[in-house]
Amino acid sequence: MTDHTIAVPATRTATGARAAPGNPLKRFFQATEIDTRLLGMVVAMLAIWIGFHIMSGGLFLTSRNLWNLSVQAASVSVMATGMVLVIVTRNIDLSVGSILGFVGMIMAVTQTKFLPAWLGYDHPATWFLALAVGIVLGSAIGALQGMIIAFLSVPSFIVTLGGLLVWRGAAWMVTSGATVAPMDTNFRLMGGGADGSIGATASWIVGVIACVFIVLSILHSRKQRKRFGFPLKPVWAEFFVGIVSCGIVLGAVNVLNSYYMPVNLARKYAEENGIAWPEGGLDIPLGIAIPVLIALGIAIVMTFLTNRTRFGRYVFAIGGNPEAAELAGIKTRWVTVRLFALMGALCAIAAAISTARLNAATNAQGTLDELYTIAAAVIGGTSLAGGVGTIAGAVLGALVMQSLNSGMVLLGMDAPLQSIVIGMVLVLAVWLDTIYRARAR
Amino acid sequence: MTKDKTPLVEMRDVSISFGGIHAVDGASVDLYPGEVVALLGHNGAGKSTLIKILSGAYRRDSGEILINGEQAEINNPRDAKKYGIETIYQTLAVADNVDAAANLYLGRELRTPWGTLDDVAMEAKAREVMGRLNPNFQRFKEPVKALSGGQRQSVAIARAILFDARILIMDEPTAALGPQETAQVGELITQLKREGIGIFLISHDIHDVFDLADRVFVMKNGRVVGHARTQDVTKDEVLGMIILGKVPPGAVPGPGAMQTA
Repeated sequence: MTDHTIAVPATRTATGARAAPGNPLKRFFQATEIDTRLLGMVVAMLAIWIGFHIMSGGLFLTSRNLWNLSVQAASVSVMATGMVLVIVTRNIDLSVGSILGFVGMIMAVTQTKFLPAWLGYDHPATWFLALAVGIVLGSAIGALQGMIIAFLSVPSFIVTLGGLLVWRGAAWMVTSGATVAPMDTNFRLMGGGADGSIGATASWIVGVIACVFIVLSILHSRKQRKRFGFPLKPVWAEFFVGIVSCGIVLGAVNVLNSYYMPVNLARKYAEENGIAWPEGGLDIPLGIAIPVLIALGIAIVMTFLTNRTRFGRYVFAIGGNPEAAELAGIKTRWVTVRLFALMGALCAIAAAISTARLNAATNAQGTLDELYTIAAAVIGGTSLAGGVGTIAGAVLGALVMQSLNSGMVLLGMDAPLQSIVIGMVLVLAVWLDTIYRARAR
Repeated sequence: MTKDKTPLVEMRDVSISFGGIHAVDGASVDLYPGEVVALLGHNGAGKSTLIKILSGAYRRDSGEILINGEQAEINNPRDAKKYGIETIYQTLAVADNVDAAANLYLGRELRTPWGTLDDVAMEAKAREVMGRLNPNFQRFKEPVKALSGGQRQSVAIARAILFDARILIMDEPTAALGPQETAQVGELITQLKREGIGIFLISHDIHDVFDLADRVFVMKNGRVVGHARTQDVTKDEVLGMIILGKVPPGAVPGPGAMQTA
């Protein structure tokens, strides 16, 4: 405690948006208020991408591979946004993969057995009801585990380790291990694929809406700072951040839009819509896949929850100093229960994405996902000591993990070697982060 | 003088034990508006425990607490805050990883009409309050972890003031601070006193608090040795109370006083 109190160099007291000394690079980061840690991650990811691109002889940075990458990362990314907050409160959730398996199984049975008996096959409400059942069930499982952690004071490591076994077993019991397939037609859209993508026009609209929001939020934050007379960012910095952010959004949309339907599907699509099949084939852009939209939506909602609501503030306060949070009058136990319930709900959404993508529910689904989820959060800068982590970091972490995975598949590496590489990267990432943090102090 | 008014706080015959050990045994203390009362004793004398009962961190086994002469039901920190009791802990109970404004408003955040956090309004108010306490303070955007001990202490004190505390409890308020920062806290206490706030200072070091306090209560082995106005006793006499439980003529003996034959 007392060791921070002694030596705080005088130069460090004058930070923030005030006139800053130092080299131009430092001034640049200070003015734009870019998170250098996050930027470092982006650079690392780009390095991985370019590395794989060269090693695979130009197969990695193709719209097809990047489109697939975005879909494959969706499920883990959804869970990682919740895992960040769980780890921030100094807890852990080892049961997410098993919850995914169990809830996925229940959603599958709901839409293939119970709902058809009641509504008939391919009823338009089936997908929604199945998803709702999953989310309610996932939240209930999470809340139950949260209550045991918060009120019975059993460490979360143990409770969720138990959960890992219990829910995996429960997933098997639902159908005695039988795989459930196929899924409802509408439900399958959540898994992506040719049907589960929104097409070029809608993708551009989403991109433009995102840009409008970026600009509006910059303007809003500037107005707020002015209202209370806080120091403003330089105008050039605002423009820089705005233009770069919008550029990234539109660039990503462009990449996803330049992946076209495979020939067979395109031919079928043309026949169904009465389009004549031209000589050179038909280029029908897939655009953003629905699971990717879901994952982005979840990331935005979770960021909002983290930064702009009391719940998020309390989660971080508990992680920083549990005793202080309790003494400040925060109902820390209920925050824990709500947090685990939220984690359970996110597992259900991830389960919907992965069962829809597979078009089947198996009792082994989500095996080892807890480790990928935790790794994504940790690579994304979440500190296992608690109190530190960002949603954006976790999403990037999930993307890095998936990039490594699919890059190694492209290179034709053996599965055992892939595990070895991923394991080493995890340790390396955390070590680099430790160094970064030690420097930042 | 103050004796004719109702005390702001009166704790009567309060006891608490942890697994058979009487941490506090039949202790009674009182505090008047605009008064600074120092609670002294060795480590483990029960002073921190007694005060944690008042701030709601522990629940007493027996005894009663009166606020403004009325029975008060204090079972958790939220109850205590309802009575205007704010505590600044020895361990500088701030959440290290969030910024000053977030700490000032922790548990009682300002919100916009949509129910979201109004960070800008909180920061504005934080700048105002901190400006009054510690005009040099500029680091509003950084996590409290990056601040010096004195700065963290001023965040903790600002937090109490912000919520119109009427009763302020300061546990070892200057233990983690350098001489300059200690003087600053001293000035602050005088200022708060003028506003009619009652302050409990808890310390095991008499030099920290003797000059700031109007009265002292001394505890030993969970019991109150006695209390005295600082003008009626010397530091050495109070030291005798702390170490031996010996009550000087200027003080009022309590249940924990050394029994003389």
